[in-house]
Amino acid sequence: MGGRMGKTLAEKVWQDHVVRSATGEPDLIYIDLHLIHEVTSPQAFDGLRLSGRKVRRPELTLATEDHNVPTLDIDKPIADPVSRLQVETLRKNCAEFGVRIHSLGDIEQGIVHVVGPQLGITQPGMTIVCGDSHTSTHGAFGALAFGIGTSEVEHVLATQTLPLSKPKMMAVNVEGELKPGVTSKDIILAVIAQISTGGGQGYIIEYRGSAIRKLSMEARMTICNMSIEAGARAGLIAPDEITFEYIKGRAHAPKGADWEVALEYWKGLKSDADAKFDKEIFLNADELSPFVTWGTNPGQGVPLNESVPKPESFKDEQERKAAESALTYMDLTGGTQMKSIKIDTVFLGSCTNGRIEDLRSAAAIMKGNRVAGGTRMLVVPGSARVRLQAESEGLDKVFLEAGAEWRSAGCSMCLGMNPDQLKPGERSASTSNRNFEGRQGKGGRTHLVSPLVAAATAIKGTLASPADL
Amino acid sequence: MEKFISHTGAGVPLRRSNVDTDQIIPAVYLKRVTRSGFEDGLFAAWRNDPEFVLNKEQYKGGTILVAGVDFGTGSSREHAVWALQNYGFKVVISSRFADIFRGNSLKGGLLTVIFPQEDVELLWSAIESDPSTQITVDLDSRTVAYQEKKISFDLDDYTRWRLMEGLDDIGLTLRHTDLVDGFEEKRSKYKPKTLPVLS
Repeated sequence: MGGRMGKTLAEKVWQDHVVRSATGEPDLIYIDLHLIHEVTSPQAFDGLRLSGRKVRRPELTLATEDHNVPTLDIDKPIADPVSRLQVETLRKNCAEFGVRIHSLGDIEQGIVHVVGPQLGITQPGMTIVCGDSHTSTHGAFGALAFGIGTSEVEHVLATQTLPLSKPKMMAVNVEGELKPGVTSKDIILAVIAQISTGGGQGYIIEYRGSAIRKLSMEARMTICNMSIEAGARAGLIAPDEITFEYIKGRAHAPKGADWEVALEYWKGLKSDADAKFDKEIFLNADELSPFVTWGTNPGQGVPLNESVPKPESFKDEQERKAAESALTYMDLTGGTQMKSIKIDTVFLGSCTNGRIEDLRSAAAIMKGNRVAGGTRMLVVPGSARVRLQAESEGLDKVFLEAGAEWRSAGCSMCLGMNPDQLKPGERSASTSNRNFEGRQGKGGRTHLVSPLVAAATAIKGTLASPADL
Repeated sequence: MEKFISHTGAGVPLRRSNVDTDQIIPAVYLKRVTRSGFEDGLFAAWRNDPEFVLNKEQYKGGTILVAGVDFGTGSSREHAVWALQNYGFKVVISSRFADIFRGNSLKGGLLTVIFPQEDVELLWSAIESDPSTQITVDLDSRTVAYQEKKISFDLDDYTRWRLMEGLDDIGLTLRHTDLVDGFEEKRSKYKPKTLPVLS
């Protein structure tokens, strides 16, 4: 080995959080922020109680209610008794262990990955974990953020650390300029289609290149959010002026002299020019167009202008079989034009695309138009604050006048743990992140799309981009 | 956690790739606040199908699930591991597991074994031609043995040791509390805190 090797951004953040390192053992990594929600935490708190342990750092822990909560009648008790018990269990646990919680009805309540950035509590160079695989969202700030299981939730609650083996490093380079109507959602769907749902397995992805640098923070969050759909536990983007501008002035952003100290550190958070990536992927932003999934995993996607692929077009036997079973489930035939597919329900929301910019861009398309007959559209803001912001801009009226439903904040139809579900056989165009069988309701069929495609599809009643209107 | 040294049992061939955690256990089953009772949600969407492998008489009682590539993709729900364990599985074999699922399984004592795809195919064929085939998964030697075959698999020494001793990660980390204390003393003070609540 020659001289000192350059480091990647992720390696720098990793190195700055190593509490203990020993040969043949995972590194013990310090966790700066632990986000929790009602679904993956009850058994972890139970574990603490059983062993007489406390939450080591309640002031680095934050809970919100999101997965289970209804998006209608939020001032009434939760109707589903099992959901209600789970939410009440979270409230009890937070009270007992001194953890801050934003409950239904609170202005800061919302999807955990929307709430962190909006409070300014997600910052560059941090380690952030949550019992939710879309924790990778926070990587948009140059944080090392990833989903964990309930055993790990308990571990972080008890010790504020996690034993982890360092993943390999992958660079996804996106150069060029996106055409109008093409969004960061289309970039990430194209990346996943290129490398498949297992392509990022064992890696941390760093998204780089001129097309990424031009994106807003919210657009960057959409990309990092779906790193897990490419198989990578974490995805991140080097912080820059756009990042600093977004954080500045938020409730938990550093203030005064602290801001200067933080900024100095944040500015050094980028991969060295000689940093080595174990794998590199290249994408040309100029060539991208709106992307949509046709199958039952997020890697089964094509440009919206194309057709459902024929299973025999896949050389790999596993992929061919997967395509056959996906087409059966989706009730689609190879060769069908994507734009001819009729949609029953459009879902605009989720931690992928439930932020204010997403609602603004969809509303701009919806304005003065109507949701097609036979199609319904559900608009679910990512947080109570996003909802209020949208209402102050009159976006709620745009959606309502178009015939869409305007709801309260939560995960909602992304995973259908609350009453917002597809019926068997129903087909959705969804701005969420997973098109798995039954994900949005038993027997439901999901096509993943960007907010722009969602809006155009609602108006046309078939999969469409704004250019088709 | 129960020690895992060696396990012998029958296999269940799940010839599907990309079995995500929503298939292993759908979200509607995640509302329980306990760690047990998740077996009824295991592969719930497929359990109504009499042709589904878990419904076939010859595979009842199998404890080793042999699955297609990319098993456990998607959500971080550890309920997927609990559902498999509650049902009675001790081992899952596949040619590739999603990272979070694999981490969860090895924390919770469900051994996930990575095989080359051709060995998965051979094992599927062996089980299908004789469902009573006994498969021995031995962590000490890091091998899987059935009929006349013996296949080695990789697992890092640390995880193997932890599983064989049945050790709980939290207890191991708490041995280093002094190092965590030391790390915290040096943390930058601008790093955000969730308390007190600021607006």
